[in-house]
Amino acid sequence: MNYKHALIFCASLAIAPLAFATPATDAEFAQFKTEGATKFSAEQGKQNWTKEVTSKEGDKRSCTSCHDADLTKPGKHNKTKKVIEPMAPSVNAERFTDQKKIEKWFKRNCEWTWGRECTAQEKGDFLKFLMGAK
Amino acid sequence: MTKGNIKTVALLAAALFFGSASAMAEETMGGWLGTFSHTSGVNPVSNRQYKEECGSCHFAYQPGLLPSKSWEKLLTAQGLHDHFGEVADLDKSTLDSIRDYVLANAAEKSYYKIARKITVATEDGEVPLRISEVRYIKRKHHGIPEKMIKDNKDVKSLSYCNACHTKAEQGIYKEDTVRIPNYPDY
Repeated sequence: MNYKHALIFCASLAIAPLAFATPATDAEFAQFKTEGATKFSAEQGKQNWTKEVTSKEGDKRSCTSCHDADLTKPGKHNKTKKVIEPMAPSVNAERFTDQKKIEKWFKRNCEWTWGRECTAQEKGDFLKFLMGAK
Repeated sequence: MTKGNIKTVALLAAALFFGSASAMAEETMGGWLGTFSHTSGVNPVSNRQYKEECGSCHFAYQPGLLPSKSWEKLLTAQGLHDHFGEVADLDKSTLDSIRDYVLANAAEKSYYKIARKITVATEDGEVPLRISEVRYIKRKHHGIPEKMIKDNKDVKSLSYCNACHTKAEQGIYKEDTVRIPNYPDY
């Protein structure tokens, strides 16, 4: 490896964490900020991902009721058993490329799982966590 | 060429001509039969939005499997907000276009055989909301032992059409396309 290659290698390492950002995720983060969210934390998103909440019906629910805890693996709808493609953009390039779709699923899934809509901060934390998943 | 030879050639040519003619007739006939038998199942889903929105969580049931009265109840903002315990909200324009598509293809609007039978079997005033409540579908599955559906871990309910009907997605539910998981010989 010569000097030039080493430089390219280091540069690609440096931009790797941003590799899965899309116009849709940029727009989402900008939107969350206008709604009062500040700094987004992948660590917080990770904690929320497995947080269990007891539903009105009495069962315990979390994101992992349907999505796999390993984000590079497909999940399964807990009722219909329909396969849900992996959340990690590292293995599923289609993820987080459509802002309308991201918002639709946040709305539905937050309401089902936690019984309420998620705040802009929570959504931003989730998105940051999911985008970096490997 | 002898006289006999000419005769053979002529016969052969005639055979070829008639052979191809009858093959052609068969093709046209088969084509016609094909179109005809095509209406034997239920109209396949032709709407991309419907397939995407409804089919991302469950089997995309063909609109012809339920009467429009049922779809009208299911496909409202309120109805979808509590969709058998699931939150299935859609934005207004998506919901409107999906509802238009479904109502135009609901059971009584369809000329496909299964859709027609469902329409005829549904009694007045009856509004089945689940596929498993549809009288005709229930009747067709009546003779199948519980262990093969309800107690079969890979089937569980009549609502998972494609668990056994291998061509369900194309709207084909014929008996010879059925494979019951864990009961290969049924």
